[in-house]
Amino acid sequence: MAASEEASRPFAGLSDVSIAEDIPVEGDISVPVGPSRRDDEFSTLDEPVKDTIMRDLRAVGNKFIHVLYPKRSSALLRDWDLWGPLLLCVTLALLLQGGAADHEDQGGPQFAEVFVIVWFGSIIITLNSKLLGGTISFFQSLCVLGYCIMPLTVAMVVCRIVLVISSGRVVFAVRLAVVTASFGWSTFASTAFLADSQPPNRKALVVYPVFLFYFVIAWMILTYSPQQ
Amino acid sequence: MSSGSGSRNTEPWGSFDDNLIQGGGSAVIDMENMDDTSGSSFEDMGEMHQRMKEEEEVAAEAAATEDDVADDGEFLGMKGLKGQLGRQVADEVWQAGKRQASKAFNLYANIDILRPYFDVEPVQVRNRLIESLIPVRMINFPQKIAGELYGPLMLVFTLVAILLHGMKTSGTVIVRTHTCTHTLFMFLCLLKCSLCVYLQREGTLMGTAIGTCFGYWLGVSAFIYFLAYLVNAQITMLQMLSLLGYGLFGPCIVLLVTYNIHFHFLFYGLWLLLGGLSTLRMVAALLSRTVGQTPRLLLCGTLGLLHMLFLLYLHFNYHTIVEGLLDSLEGHNMAPMQRVARDVPEVMLNATARNPGMLLSAY
Repeated sequence: MAASEEASRPFAGLSDVSIAEDIPVEGDISVPVGPSRRDDEFSTLDEPVKDTIMRDLRAVGNKFIHVLYPKRSSALLRDWDLWGPLLLCVTLALLLQGGAADHEDQGGPQFAEVFVIVWFGSIIITLNSKLLGGTISFFQSLCVLGYCIMPLTVAMVVCRIVLVISSGRVVFAVRLAVVTASFGWSTFASTAFLADSQPPNRKALVVYPVFLFYFVIAWMILTYSPQQ
Repeated sequence: MSSGSGSRNTEPWGSFDDNLIQGGGSAVIDMENMDDTSGSSFEDMGEMHQRMKEEEEVAAEAAATEDDVADDGEFLGMKGLKGQLGRQVADEVWQAGKRQASKAFNLYANIDILRPYFDVEPVQVRNRLIESLIPVRMINFPQKIAGELYGPLMLVFTLVAILLHGMKTSGTVIVRTHTCTHTLFMFLCLLKCSLCVYLQREGTLMGTAIGTCFGYWLGVSAFIYFLAYLVNAQITMLQMLSLLGYGLFGPCIVLLVTYNIHFHFLFYGLWLLLGGLSTLRMVAALLSRTVGQTPRLLLCGTLGLLHMLFLLYLHFNYHTIVEGLLDSLEGHNMAPMQRVARDVPEVMLNATARNPGMLLSAY
């Protein structure tokens, strides 16, 4: 009876784990941690949201500074993230939205167009540099190319401000100068990061598509004119 | 819950069996240093190598997780049993899903197949660009055509950039207007423009430019390759792509110059000179690889015609013509796409056909 009662309880037999006294027991009884996951080092789940956002923002800001002063550092490559490129792309697309058009179909670049150009252009350049034997990874390259759009975005902001004030020959010259300078800056900054990962005799092959890519974006910025 | 050594089927309910991963593959053959770059055999080897590498990785991963999972099970005893089972199931699902995804990815998105076609040096690219404008007279022996995709791809993108530049000229463009009496060209352009207006209605500038350039490169290459296949010419698809891609170098230069300097006679001269030279080079290369008068005529005539007409099309269709300097300077407030139509009394066109109307009015 007692046995049937015991057997009816689930896992009845397992509750009776006893160690015989004549068998010496040694070793340490510690529960293993299990397959170690990388973010078990510190759990970011319990921290306040503000901390998470501030940390990410600080990382993004740090990378912006690295683009402004492009010297050989691995911050952009080692801790890549795509927040910065997304932010820049969205800003640029919003600013370029609604370029002057008297006919809807052939107006200025639309939001989706800018988005597609930036992201697919970056993907193609990345594939190209990988096919040419580059050692940089896919997302690292996307990160670098996206962050280096920053000078062009700044140029776009400047152009828009200047266009609000006036328009004419002098303004066009100013815009041309600003856009050309920022285009050169972008190309130089991105090649400072990308060219290092290539075999030395093929740097030119990697730099050329980057040059084309920023040229197209610079051209879109230069030919933007606000709708009246 | 035993830690099985090589077998994956340790759970009583039968885990996800994958027939591909049997017997802990050890990649005996290292394909990485294969020198054989001839066509398909390299691709197959590359794929096999990828698959073996992937099997290795997955098997190693699976063994590692299995060991950890087994260790846990032994220590956690009664309480952990249900949780243990759940975790194992979840892990198995994850592993299976990951395996499927990486298999699909390696199968369809394996860019390593294209790696040998991008194996060039800058000097080689420069030489090939210059050679694309120099026709070679030897047509009795097959000419060597480089099978490379970097140069052609970059040229197509350059052409896209040049087209954008031509489409979106800022307002400071001066044009000498003059009358043109080439009615045949006018008619052809009208035809092309009406088609273009129809197609452009739903598109964007960038999309149109990319579509045109890539469509021409890929489409005409495929078409000529098909014709070559019909007449049994000795040329592969890769060589055709490469040939036509490098043949776009001449048109690139022509368009770059004539989008900035708007003299029509300059355009016609450059069209004949540079366009003609690059066409002749392609035609000579094809001639050297075809036998028989009729096939040669068919193939080379088609290619020559298409290439010359394409350059003509690009010039006349993507070119904005603006009248007057002063208007355009103040016209920074105007649209980047300047479609200023003069009123031409004999031609009355409505707004939807503004494109041809602009073109006709320019003459």
